[in-house]
Parts: sequence; structure tokens; C-alpha cells
Amino acid sequence: MKSKLTYPFVFLSVLLLICFLVNISLGSVSIPTREVFKSLFGNSNNESWQYIIQDYRLPKAITAILVGSGLGISGLLMQTLFRNPLAGPFVLGISSGASLGVALVILGSGVFGGVFATLLISKWSIVIAASLGSFLVLLAVLLISSKVRDTMAILIIGLMFGSITAAVVSVLSYFSSAEQLQQYIFWGFGSLGNLSWNEVIIFFCIYGFGIVLTIFSIKALNTFLLGENYAKSLGLNIKQSRLIIILATSLLAGTITAFAGPIAFIGLAIPHMTRQLFNTSNHKILLPAVFLFGAIVMLICDSIAQLPTSDYTLPINAITSLIGAPVVVWLLVRKRKMVF
Amino acid sequence: MTTTNSHIILKTENLSIGYASKKTTSVIANNINIELKQGELIGLVGANGIGKSTFLRTLTSIQNPLNGTIYLNDKPLDNHSSIELAKTMSLVLTEQLMSKNLSVFELVALGRQPYTNWVGNLSTEDLSVINKSIEQTNLSEFKHRKCFELSDGQLQKVMIARALSQDTDLIILDEPTTHLDMYHKAYILKLLQKLAKDTNKTILFSSHEIDLAIQLCDTMIVMTSNNVVYDSPCNLIEKGLFETLFPKDLINFDKNTGSFRIK
Repeated sequence: MKSKLTYPFVFLSVLLLICFLVNISLGSVSIPTREVFKSLFGNSNNESWQYIIQDYRLPKAITAILVGSGLGISGLLMQTLFRNPLAGPFVLGISSGASLGVALVILGSGVFGGVFATLLISKWSIVIAASLGSFLVLLAVLLISSKVRDTMAILIIGLMFGSITAAVVSVLSYFSSAEQLQQYIFWGFGSLGNLSWNEVIIFFCIYGFGIVLTIFSIKALNTFLLGENYAKSLGLNIKQSRLIIILATSLLAGTITAFAGPIAFIGLAIPHMTRQLFNTSNHKILLPAVFLFGAIVMLICDSIAQLPTSDYTLPINAITSLIGAPVVVWLLVRKRKMVF
Repeated sequence: MTTTNSHIILKTENLSIGYASKKTTSVIANNINIELKQGELIGLVGANGIGKSTFLRTLTSIQNPLNGTIYLNDKPLDNHSSIELAKTMSLVLTEQLMSKNLSVFELVALGRQPYTNWVGNLSTEDLSVINKSIEQTNLSEFKHRKCFELSDGQLQKVMIARALSQDTDLIILDEPTTHLDMYHKAYILKLLQKLAKDTNKTILFSSHEIDLAIQLCDTMIVMTSNNVVYDSPCNLIEKGLFETLFPKDLINFDKNTGSFRIK
């Protein structure tokens, strides 16, 4: 069993490294490959190239890895926990919560008016609003999940939270100016760039905590494959495991949405693609595979989104769906059977 | 454990089962006193809706009893921690598997969960128990097949192998023969009888295959609307209990053959 898996994992790791380097080499300014490597290690003579590589492209590539792997893993967690192949990291209303927070800051700033409004709309305030929004929704979901026994009910409750926040956002947009709306829409496009090293470090710390919780849940996740009654008969503390899994998902999806915007599709699709490729449901294999695969797909999407050598950058949210959705359809059609 | 064969694995004392809410209590059965001994195959029979499932749910601590006590290895059921319980009692349920994308080996290996470390790594002992369970249920050739490739009968064997690998004194099966054809019904129950003998585990199953149960079980629990009777199949036939199982307008119990006949 183990030796059979070494090959695909080595392959994916090498692919990740290649995608990472390609991603750093491409951008609106074309930099020769040799200079890219020199700049990476701080030996370049060209200061502006070095700045572009070290302070823009490198943090962006790392963000892409964190976002892709984090969303993929949180999608995997939700699909196993809710026994539902349609579940993604956003079913708990995490992205809705973040959207609501951001909408309140951007669209609601008109209400506060004047100098205070311009103060509010800084990047940090958006990050904080998104985190706060997803955290509050998470708290509500956790409170309810400790009362509700049925896992499916939590799924519905998450969707209801989504509806409520969507409604509030549309009421807010009705009273907003065109500029505010534009700013809100741009946030909704998602963005991997524009993160400073400090922000990347904070991002990484919260992400790391989520991953640690996930690793400690591997055994529980595999037990959940049998269904809740069997899991209970195997001595698993269902409530506690469920809480840890939801917490891990929220940490991962919440921070990602806060720093990179609501990025569609990856969370839902990556676990499916990985299951098809590895043909297993064992989380000890799936988890590292989803990590590698999510990071690779996100790096590729980002490389395409920045339209190399042009000055345009397409919204990352559009690219993930445009590229990813046909791939999932192709995989399902080819195998004629959904592996779950 | 010293007195094999007479050691009592599970015992109920004046157990009453049913559903209690704040306003009403609906009692399903009262005064249940049974003793399940080591190495016995026990069949639980009764008409639809008589409360077999409620009884099994109570025994497996999914549901609380209304009254009375259940002793598992001489210790009240409530005093077992969830891990202790998982090491003493394993289940085969009627519910569909959530994921059939596991291989037979992987699924049987999940039975070792109460014994494995935090990440679920299998020790050599775990591996030998898993392989033994797969052999005992004649699944060796299917070991690396995926569960969605198996027939209902094969899948039921896999679930029994999983319960075996949990290495418990007691295995409880809820209607293990539903959805199976006549041959596989007999096959599964015969397998359970063999496992009870070979492994000295106590195996309790509920079933509608009364005639098969009469032939194979050491003891039977018969649930009727009036009471719950626990005895050997022969004694139960003598007492005329099977006649009282169902309404008498359609079928009759034939004492000589131990089976039901259409009138």
C-alpha cells in the first residue's frame, strides 16, 4: 500500500515546486528566469526586480498555496462531516458572515459619514470585519450545533445564515453609492496579491492552527465514514470531534476569506478531484493529497489570472471556476461514477 | 472469565424499555430478565413493531431504559466509558454505509479504532486481528476490493468481519439477514453460529427468520405483546410460544417441523 502511494506523492510535490517557480517567474513585468532565482535569494543587481519578486510575487505565491490547500482541506472536512458531496467550506455560512462584515464596513460607512468613513475603509478594517463576521457566524453555528443532534440540521442552519446575510447585504447595497458598491464587488472578486509579509505571517499562524486541529481529527474523520451510529459504537466522542472539525474549518475558511476574499469553487472541487485521482476515502492519504493538489491548482489559476506580460489581472474568483468546473465535469464523466 | 461457557456477558434486571418524554411515557416491554452467556448464539424474534429495535437500542446504550439495570460483564452499562463499551460490545446495524469507497481491508480495519493511537496507525497485532477476521468470514479473496463492488451478502459479511475485528465479548446484529436471498440468509446465520463456537464470543441478533433461528440458536428471546421470554428453542416450542407470535388468521406454527405454514 505505502510504496504504491510514494510515486504520486513525489510527483505532486515536484509539480507543486514547479508551479511555485512558474508562478513567481510570471507577471506583468517580465523578468529573466535567471534573475528571478537571483532575486529570490537576494543576489540580484536590479533593485526593482528584487523588490517585485521578494515583496510582491513571493508573498502572493505563498498566499496562493495557503488559500488553495486551506480551502481544499476545509472542503474535505465539511464533505466528510456532513456526509454530503455538495458541502464546501462555505456551507456553514462562514463566507456569508465575512461578506456581511465587509459589506457593513464598505457599504455601511456612508451611514457613519465624513472623516470617520475614510478611516474605516482601510485594508485592515476589511480584514478585521471579515474575520469578525465569520467568527460571529461560527460562534452561532457552534452554539446551535451543541444543541442540535442532527448534523444535517446544522447544514440547513448554515444555509439559512447565508440567506439572512445575503438579504442584509442587498438592503445595504440599495442605499449605497456606486463607488461603494464597486469597492464591495472588487472585494468579492477575490485577490491573492496585496498581502504584506506581516499579513502573510499572521495568515500562516491561524492557518497552521487550523491544520493542526485537522491532523488531530484524522482518526475521527475516518470513523465518520461509517456513519454516526457506528462511530459512536467505536467509542468516538461525536460531539467533541464534530466541534473540533467545525472549528478547524472555520479557522481555515474564515481567515482565507478575510485575507483573500470569498474564493469560489476550490473548496468544493479539490476534494472531489483528489478522491477521483487517488481513488480512496482514507483521510490519512486524502489530507496530504488535498493539501498538495489544492496548492497546485491555486498556483496555476493565479498564474493564468495575472495574464503574463500584460498589465491586466483577471479576478481570481472567475478563473478558479472557469478552469476548475470543466475539470470536475470531465473527471465525473470519464469515471462515470462519483467516488465519495 | 474463569468459568467459561457459564460466564454471563450481559444480564438485564427488571428492565423496562420504551420512550419517555416530559408528558407521557410509552412502555414497550416490562420486566425483561435475560442472561446472555459466553459463546452463545442468541436470536431475538418477534412481530414487526413489537419493539425488537427498541430493545437492541437500549442494550447498546443508544437509548436509556425506563427502569431496571443492564449489566455488561457484571458492571452496570452506564458505568462503562465509551472506549470500554467499544471494547466490549460491537454492532452491525441496518443503516447503509456512508462511504462505500473503502476497501474491504480498510473497512474491517476501522474496527480496530478503539485500540489504535491518535492517528489510527495499525500495529502488527491490529493487522493480525484484521486478517484473522477477514479469514473467519471467508473474505480473503475480496480483501482489496472496494465495498461498492460487493453484493449485499458479501457486504454483510464485511460488516460482521468489522465487528469481529473490534474484538469484543459481545456482538449485536440488527436484522443481519434483511435484503438477502434464502441461501445467504442461512449462510449468514450459520456463519454467526460458527463464529460464536470458534471465537467463544456472545452473538445476539434480531431476525424474522424464525425457522432458521430455531435450528441454529442456543437460546432465543421471543418478544410478544404480553411478555419477553428467554429460553432454548426446544423449550420455547414446548411452551407453545411461537403460536402466540402472530395473529392466527393466516399462518400456523408446526411444532414438528419448527416452521410456520400457510393455513
